[in-house]
Amino acid sequence: MCHAGARFIALRITDRKADNSRLPSADPRAGPGTAGHRAITLRRCKTIPLYALLVRYGFRKHATYVWATVAGAFTNSVFGILRAYILIALWQARPGLAGYDVTQAVTFCFITQACIGPMQLFGTGLTIPERIRSGDIALDLVRPASLQLWSLAEDLGRAAYLFFARGIPPMLLGAALFGIAHPAEPGQWLAFLAGFLAGVIVSFAWRYLVALSVCWLIDDRGVGAFSLVLTTLFSGMLLPLSLFPGILGDLARALPWAAMVQAPTDLYLGKAPVLETLAFQGCWAAVLLAAGALGTRAIRHKVVIQGG
Amino acid sequence: MIELDRAGRSFKVKRSLKLEGNLVHAVRDLSFTVAPGEFVGYLGPNGAGKSTTIKMLCGILTPTSGRVRVAGLDPSRKRTTLARRIGVVFGQRTTLWWDLPLRDSFELIRHLYKVDRNVFKTRLDELTETLDLGGFIRTPVRQLSLGQRMRGDLAAALLHAPDVLVLDEPTIGLDVVSKSSIRAFLRRLNTEQGTTVLLTTHDLGDIERLCRRVMLIDHGRLAFDGTLDELMATAPEQSTIEDVVTRLYTGSR
Repeated sequence: MCHAGARFIALRITDRKADNSRLPSADPRAGPGTAGHRAITLRRCKTIPLYALLVRYGFRKHATYVWATVAGAFTNSVFGILRAYILIALWQARPGLAGYDVTQAVTFCFITQACIGPMQLFGTGLTIPERIRSGDIALDLVRPASLQLWSLAEDLGRAAYLFFARGIPPMLLGAALFGIAHPAEPGQWLAFLAGFLAGVIVSFAWRYLVALSVCWLIDDRGVGAFSLVLTTLFSGMLLPLSLFPGILGDLARALPWAAMVQAPTDLYLGKAPVLETLAFQGCWAAVLLAAGALGTRAIRHKVVIQGG
Repeated sequence: MIELDRAGRSFKVKRSLKLEGNLVHAVRDLSFTVAPGEFVGYLGPNGAGKSTTIKMLCGILTPTSGRVRVAGLDPSRKRTTLARRIGVVFGQRTTLWWDLPLRDSFELIRHLYKVDRNVFKTRLDELTETLDLGGFIRTPVRQLSLGQRMRGDLAAALLHAPDVLVLDEPTIGLDVVSKSSIRAFLRRLNTEQGTTVLLTTHDLGDIERLCRRVMLIDHGRLAFDGTLDELMATAPEQSTIEDVVTRLYTGSR
């Protein structure tokens, strides 16, 4: 967590200043004999429970709406079945397409269906655009916490809930109806889960950027629609990216959306080198989160906060 | 506690596709000081610059000119440090988690402001008693009435024991009973704990019953600053505070 790191450094500097200027006991918050350094480590550790709590609240917040989740899981499963039949027809006509056999193609279909909820492939999943429009964002900006980390923690909680509620059901249904492939060894499962988590983080980082654009564009529907097209096309949601020919294929596999659906699915199928794939996802997560951090700083300083 | 020295904030408003926009001054050359322990009413017609002032006080808007200090800090530069010393309530918005019990929002605030567990417990017990939260503290916020939610929001803003409390229309939409309980609570908070309160409202009953001092802002400038009696004396021919304020609002246009 780079934010915690930054705070750590900042605190260290201020505490040193405090040490020079006054006795430690003059600080009402410092206990007797508390060395500046120990106080720092304690305060640093206290940031983590906040974000851990936010993950939990994000999970619970979404767990409140059971029937919405059931409907979502049902839809994801039914469309999974439809897509599976289409892919089966395609792979029967062209066996070995994209390096997958029929079972792998069907597996691909159900894993991608499982990604829809946790990675919010069709929508923002963030309340930020709405809060910017209503002016509620002012409250978020008053808080002594990073808006981006705050939203990320909440979003991870949401994704965790949807992974269980909308990710597992389509996979189980796919396994029961068509028989899908599954990782042979625990290491591959682990790689898949790590890749899935990285995919969720990249998806968050992207959606966060889309959400922040409201600050400049007032309305997020245009950007949202644009993002929807890019995400469905380039994440591998529509078709495996290895089906894309030539330069388009190379480009698609290098873009951030490939880190969302294609990468975890390939890790699940054992079709991609583990470390390289995770590094690819990590890079995009870092780049997009950094852009989000810059964007957050920009809205703090520049943008008119509407309403109120 | 609060100090504004010729503070101003202007916004560029873009018209159609023209690149250069019109400059709108939401607040200009605003100077006032609020001493620790004061209870000040901050009045002004819609669009006068009240909310802009409040946003500058919490550090979410940087003044484009002049100087702002709250608790000795520059809000926009020391926002995080200041956040631990200031409490803010926006009556038309909520900091509470809509889907979760009220208690959970408080727990999050404990972590956010890093309040010690025991201090937090004592403080929450106090607030639960004075704001009468006991009956609904385990109820999800979306099921609360507006009056209950408002009391919850007040508690949320005070859990970290701030020195300054900034209120933006805290009694909006409340019935007479809820209003009076919130007013009683604010009065106690100010007299017993010495918390400095800046209250923005359109409800002149709030002002009459709570504020010793009144500031009136119009077109982004301070139009009046004095005691309630002095405010009434500006228009001796008027008998109610509504009429006096109406005169000030329309007279300054």
